[in-house]
Amino acid sequence: MDFQLTEEHDMIRDTVRDFAENRCGPGAEERDENEEFPVDLWHEAAELGLSGITFPEDFGGAGMDYISYAICVEELSRVDPSMGVTISAHSSLGSNPINLFGTDEQKEKYLTPLATGEKLGAFGLTESMAGTDASGTRTTAVLDGDEYVINGSKLFITNGYYADTYVITAQMDKEKGNKGISMFIIEKDTPGFTFGKKEKKMGIRSSATYELIFENCRIPKENMLGEQGKGFKQALTTLDYGRIGIASQALGIAQGSYELALKYSKERTQFGKTLSEFQITQFKLADMEIKIDAARLLVYKAAWIADAHHTEGSGVTAADVSKSAAIAKTFASETANEVARQGVQILGGYGYTRDYAAERFMRDAKITEIYEGTSEAQRMVIASHILRD
Amino acid sequence: MNIVVTLKQTFDTEAKIALKDGKIDDAGVKQIINPYDEFAIEEALKITEADGGEVILVSVGGSETVIRTGLAMGADRAVIVSDPELADVDEWAGAEALAKAIGTLEYDFIIGGRIAVDDGSAQVGIRLAEALGIPSVSSILKLEIADGKATAVREIDGGTETIEVPLPSVLTAQKGLNEPRLPSMKGIMAAKRKEIKTLTLADLGTSAAELAAKAKITDYSLPTPRTAGKVIPGEPAEAAAELARLLREEAKVI
Repeated sequence: MDFQLTEEHDMIRDTVRDFAENRCGPGAEERDENEEFPVDLWHEAAELGLSGITFPEDFGGAGMDYISYAICVEELSRVDPSMGVTISAHSSLGSNPINLFGTDEQKEKYLTPLATGEKLGAFGLTESMAGTDASGTRTTAVLDGDEYVINGSKLFITNGYYADTYVITAQMDKEKGNKGISMFIIEKDTPGFTFGKKEKKMGIRSSATYELIFENCRIPKENMLGEQGKGFKQALTTLDYGRIGIASQALGIAQGSYELALKYSKERTQFGKTLSEFQITQFKLADMEIKIDAARLLVYKAAWIADAHHTEGSGVTAADVSKSAAIAKTFASETANEVARQGVQILGGYGYTRDYAAERFMRDAKITEIYEGTSEAQRMVIASHILRD
Repeated sequence: MNIVVTLKQTFDTEAKIALKDGKIDDAGVKQIINPYDEFAIEEALKITEADGGEVILVSVGGSETVIRTGLAMGADRAVIVSDPELADVDEWAGAEALAKAIGTLEYDFIIGGRIAVDDGSAQVGIRLAEALGIPSVSSILKLEIADGKATAVREIDGGTETIEVPLPSVLTAQKGLNEPRLPSMKGIMAAKRKEIKTLTLADLGTSAAELAAKAKITDYSLPTPRTAGKVIPGEPAEAAAELARLLREEAKVI
């Protein structure tokens, strides 16, 4: 048992922290206000290699472990949670299914440009009638000659419109329910593929969220990803890994909120004392630190389990990945909300204004309890693992 | 073109400096590459990326962890002079040790930071050039290498001057020379596989006695801590009068 991060992990943290503080920090407030997706920052992040951290070097990635990935998303989110989810959705959702289920040809054609950051990725599972219950999927795929014809729409798609490559699920045989669902790769600008409305959100406002619309959108037959009828199962596996990214985002939000509140509490004086000299503030800060520390251990443990699962002979199963990622996401997202809420409280009236990042962190925190599976869905996943035996 | 970059490991610029037993306490302090040396690495990388060649990092003291950050930025390999016998290194000894280590390498020129942010002596680069018997240009803001010559724009009081020197020579980097890159993820992975050679004083054919420091630091003291500011209440005119009185009678500056 060793809690020491490696030299590389420290270096990654230093690099991403520098990038986050110096490049993402300035303008984060303005981008939030204007709901503006930072295309230039995405390219800069890609230049640093943040677009392909866990993917194999053969396919343009850095070949790093999940702990590196968790550190990266954490550090981005500590400053700009929108940037954190842009990288997380691109990597875990848009690119990883191709890495996990793609053929070498598909990886060469689609994963490589995603990993190098030449292209941005997105993932479409949710629909208006298919949220936590994906069996409500109404988007259809019908084989016609050498092409699949896709019809339907996908809702709340992170990186939508700006992404170049989309991985989506569609129903091929309604009778079979979830076992009729398959996964497909669709490129932007394919005729019949357009974008619906841009969502106006409570938080992560500079992350782009769009509706995807498919009207007789024809894609080559070879763009089916993985096995026919396994799309639902593949989507669940994708989300298992994705939750490590969201858990890391939540951890970063908690850390950012806490550091801001800590700094403020040492500067702000009332009744002739700094806030940090009042025991009520000290206890709040201590509670924040306890929760963040616990969240970090769970997030890094989930990342470690994901790595161990890919190490031969480790005995770590896919179920272990699923369970630990769900636990980490649940705890880290609830921590982010609690810490961000207390962060605003410590800053008082100032915390409620947009002059400080505290309220932005609080708004950004909420989504981590919702997307890639609500906290309720996580508890369903965790319970299913507990009760399996 | 092979370029040697001299590196020094320093405290993080945000580190809190504390004294313990009359010396600077480095317990728990994060160590980094001296920021001015990062300008030197960046300049060397830009040149070798355009014209080919190797960037070799050379450091006296310094941990592999810190030096590896330079390799992650893109330098090809590193040499560290590390010897438990080498305890107190002054500017003279540091330059001598660097000169001996660099003497084992093939290079076209040497570049380092203008100054280290810890002791701030700004001597080592120039002393190194003296030890090697080659020219030096300090505090450069712009560099061009062509036809076996370096043309460097350097900072002087109130302006700049342009100096041309033959190679090999030693150049020291001033802030403004470039914007150092961050190590990329691929760079960090590649750095794991790059060579860091550690040389002892014996390897360099010298000894601690031969490199005994000529300057001795007798005492360290911390700057007097800043006291809290004072807010003068009242109407602007009254407050201004009170401010003038305090500046005259308490601060004694007017």
